[in-house]
Amino acid sequence: MRVVDVATITATVAELCQKANYELGKDVLEAFKEALGQEISLTGKDVLQQLLENARIAREEQVPMCQDTGFAVVFLEVGQEVAITGGDLCEAVNEGVRRGYQEGYLRKSIVDHPLRRKNTGDNTPAVIHTRIVPGDKLKIIVAPKGGGSENMSGLRMLKPAEGVEGVKKFVIEQVRAAGPNPCPPVVVGVGIGGTFEKAALLAKEALLRPLGQPHPDAEIACLERELLEAINNLGIGPQGLGGRTTALAVHVEVFPCHIASLPVAVNINCHASRHKEAIL
Amino acid sequence: MPQIRLTTPLTEEVVEKLRIGQRVLLNGTLYTARDAAHKKMVELLDRGEELPIPIRGQVIYYVGPSPAKPGRVIGSAGPTTSGRMDPYAPRLIALGLKGMIGKGKRSPEVIKAMKQYKAVYFAAVGGAAALLARAIKSCRVVAYPELGPEAIHELVVEDFPVIVVNDVLGADLYEEGVKIYAGR
Repeated sequence: MRVVDVATITATVAELCQKANYELGKDVLEAFKEALGQEISLTGKDVLQQLLENARIAREEQVPMCQDTGFAVVFLEVGQEVAITGGDLCEAVNEGVRRGYQEGYLRKSIVDHPLRRKNTGDNTPAVIHTRIVPGDKLKIIVAPKGGGSENMSGLRMLKPAEGVEGVKKFVIEQVRAAGPNPCPPVVVGVGIGGTFEKAALLAKEALLRPLGQPHPDAEIACLERELLEAINNLGIGPQGLGGRTTALAVHVEVFPCHIASLPVAVNINCHASRHKEAIL
Repeated sequence: MPQIRLTTPLTEEVVEKLRIGQRVLLNGTLYTARDAAHKKMVELLDRGEELPIPIRGQVIYYVGPSPAKPGRVIGSAGPTTSGRMDPYAPRLIALGLKGMIGKGKRSPEVIKAMKQYKAVYFAAVGGAAALLARAIKSCRVVAYPELGPEAIHELVVEDFPVIVVNDVLGADLYEEGVKIYAGR
């Protein structure tokens, strides 16, 4: 058994919260540059230039690229040969979020109760997804999720007869209805199959894949390309002010499902598409 | 693209000339307010009391900044979704508010109020919060400090970049811009 102390987990989560908010991924920066070359709207070009400049300032000055520094969504892949010592794993993650958001001057946006709505003051609790995997490593991904884009996401339980056409229609309608609100150009995560909650998780996991990396299954990769083209034909454009670049990428994940079901979830990410990972 | 430089407070004459799609650099004072501050302001009006800020000719920026690092004026400060302020905005527009800065579509009621009382809605680039913070030269809380990032702040800005999305004619760049590029 490999031993990992919770103090290491806390320190890593704290650092990842800050890095994810300060430093935009290289894949996203490349996607911005490519979009800038292809955008035909002058306003759209101007917006993309501002986004590139914003990412540069945030990285250089180590300040958040967006004031909404998000809900800390944390994915843990725990090797089954890892022994975690020194305390409670979830509490260690929450302590990392608490520390990262305080020390990093990140905005605390979490309220303690969906109806009473008092700010917890430290951006906890995190939303934690844990998976047990083979091996002796512990992978931590921190994906801060802003409210504006999360609010534009949706889930539909389609009839199996609606098939791939029904899936396409729902995804495109969801992005059209979101319009300017999720800060386009967006990244669209789509989860197809599983159950009600599995589809939503698949859609969120789809957002973690590097931009420009298609799904390994050729048929799904083709669906991703078709959806991206259809979404970029909507004309919504950067910030919804009109243009070609409505989405930087569409990522689809699939899972087996029940003979009676066809769940589809669409999780929309803003242009920042923040996530950073570490392997302990 | 050409840019127009404006200084707040905005006069009716200046606002009337603005058209959707124009890029504007704002100078002078902006007031921040988002959901909770709007709710409080409208409650004051309902009780027949005075607003905590001068509203005539002013521009409200819908923002909840991140905390300022030591030595800085403000943290990152990009626009938040404006639609959440739609139930309150027409009251403030009727009292002389001339501009709002945010991101996302406005309701038909807000667009109607802008047309009737001559006000405009600007979009700032959502997420460009580090860039926008650079244009903010000073920041102080003027009302509702208990609301934290949702308190009303008075900002002094220099060349704060925005785009006109709704003008006094009732035009909407979110509708018109998309029509131009759909299917292309």
